Amino acid sequence: MAARTLYDKLVDAHVVRNLDDRGLVLLYVDRTVLNEYTSPQAFAGLRAAGRKVWNPKAALMVVDHVNPTSARRTRAMPDGAAARQVDYFAENARDFGIEYFDILDPRQGIEHVVAPEQGLVMPGMVIAAGDSHSTAYGAFGALGYGIGTSDIEHYLATSTVRYRRLKTMRVQLTGRTPLGLTSKDIVMEVIRRIGADGAAGYAVEFSGPIVSDMSVESRIVMSIMIVEAGARGVVIAPDQKVLDYLEGRPRSPKGEMWERAARSWLALASDPDARFDREVTLDVSEAAPLVTWGTSPDQAIAVTDSVPDPVGGPDRKAAATRALSYMGLTPGTPIQSIPIDFAFIGSCTNSRIEDLRDAAAIFRGRSVAAGVRAIVVPGSTQVRAQAEAEGLAKVFIDAGVEWRQSGCSMCLAMNDDVLRPGERCASSTNRNFEGRQGPGARTHLMSPAMVAAAAVTGRITDVRSMLGGLRQ
Amino acid sequence: MTPFDQVTGVAAPMMAPNVDTDVIMPKMFLKGVDRSGLGEGAFNLLRFSGGKPNPDFVLNQDGYRDACFLVVGPNFGCGSSREHAVWGLQQLGIRALIGTSFAGIFNDNCANNGLLTIALEAGVVVGLAAVVADRSRNDVTIDLTAQTIQFDRGRRAIVFDIEPARKEAFLTGRDFIASTLVFADDIRAFEARHRTENPWIV
Repeated sequence: MAARTLYDKLVDAHVVRNLDDRGLVLLYVDRTVLNEYTSPQAFAGLRAAGRKVWNPKAALMVVDHVNPTSARRTRAMPDGAAARQVDYFAENARDFGIEYFDILDPRQGIEHVVAPEQGLVMPGMVIAAGDSHSTAYGAFGALGYGIGTSDIEHYLATSTVRYRRLKTMRVQLTGRTPLGLTSKDIVMEVIRRIGADGAAGYAVEFSGPIVSDMSVESRIVMSIMIVEAGARGVVIAPDQKVLDYLEGRPRSPKGEMWERAARSWLALASDPDARFDREVTLDVSEAAPLVTWGTSPDQAIAVTDSVPDPVGGPDRKAAATRALSYMGLTPGTPIQSIPIDFAFIGSCTNSRIEDLRDAAAIFRGRSVAAGVRAIVVPGSTQVRAQAEAEGLAKVFIDAGVEWRQSGCSMCLAMNDDVLRPGERCASSTNRNFEGRQGPGARTHLMSPAMVAAAAVTGRITDVRSMLGGLRQ
Repeated sequence: MTPFDQVTGVAAPMMAPNVDTDVIMPKMFLKGVDRSGLGEGAFNLLRFSGGKPNPDFVLNQDGYRDACFLVVGPNFGCGSSREHAVWGLQQLGIRALIGTSFAGIFNDNCANNGLLTIALEAGVVVGLAAVVADRSRNDVTIDLTAQTIQFDRGRRAIVFDIEPARKEAFLTGRDFIASTLVFADDIRAFEARHRTENPWIV
């Protein structure tokens, strides 16, 4: 058989049947995670057609987008519309027999944090879910990708989706990681180079020595964020680090079954002579921490640079001009001179324990600058508990940071964590779109450590000037 | 979904790159459990300012208020998986989008709901946008059977490509779930083999 990429192998292993001769297949999907805002109309569709869920055990339902993150939250939702969504969500879980973590469940959190935490994500799986950041699962050697509500309904009714095979892109990361550079900076550098549609229509495989050296959580950051270059699926070959992460998780196989699974998983990789439709190589040795200046995730510069002049064709130039106007910035302004009002650490991109350790390393012994409001929203209730056990929560609180309950929170601001018009936020999220964190709000994307540094100085800051104990 | 065969109407140019789903359907319209009210939500923060229609926004301008096609820039629909964006565009009366590239999830959502997306070479899209920017020449006819876009008062036409399966689905307004359930036995057989080979997946 011809050499195949890992992506091709995962798809081949899940084809129920071909639907045309152009790569449209009926693809079996092993798992999904459902949230309260992209699933209601799918369940309504099932109800209207009198259909059942094909395999209720393959799904998990988690409230994450609309829930408040206040310290003393209850099951009650202060917002009536959110309450109706959550009530309907719970009703659907009950009626269709699907496992459900409500907001007071100790296993609750952001779906892309919770699913790996519970051991629901395993190498070799195909996982499609109603959130664009479902590419997270690529970090485990699973094919993860996001789908819309109609496809959720299709999946629930059939355990399959209609799927068009993608082109493949390999992103090889080489060199030596400089101190202070995180996987968030690396993936932002990739996006900046290839553009906001540079991976559109591709499944991306990350590989190379930098990826091998990275923790699983750092790989998750890249797998999630490369969606901002349009990637429609992500895979990273599983290794011993993935096994170490998964072993002993609640839903991971045990005993002899674990041994068998582990052997099978470690064999999952692209063939050495497999061909990719596109190759991108990035030597990270000279890379610097990145910050976005505009309203598209590819509008980013090194923290040592200045806000650029709009460039490109007429429409791109117009978009950049509009972005500068929205962001209230002037070309030539050193990015480090820009003051912030708000610092947000959280979201499926950067809310895991390693992210909180990075941020705490900067906050330790320092305080949030006067006039800045900083909040940390852990990715799950378990991450929150671990951060408290490790003393990270105390570091945040001592520094004047608000220590919150878990949820998506200010990443898309569907709950009550919303910026006011004109407020400028250093944010560990991955979207800086107009209005994303609130109508008129201004978002600068960066790593959690960079957000912490900005919170401490009150302006965008090169974290390398305040280093101590950052992970690679 | 509503079948799409031949549709004639006004096309509005909206050529900015990377128009994301947060812009197409702002978050405050995502808290429903059904599909109602999304026409008001579509482009809401661009269409209105201070509760009044924003005169700078193309769909508020003379000649474009009843547009049923948008000629759009690259990577239209990037960002969040929110099918609400597609439902909202449809409730606004939009039947087709013509552009160079559409973001993946958004494009699939369009196909699943009968909102036609047509991808063309950048130069062709720019040319079409320039014509429909002239209010006296903004009528377009899309004929899906013939795979043509007629424009410039019927004087010019573009031929477009569409995958046969997608074309048939648009022409017939097919229910994909019903089509897939025809293969229920295949799914069951696959599932049994898959679980034997991967017994740790439960």
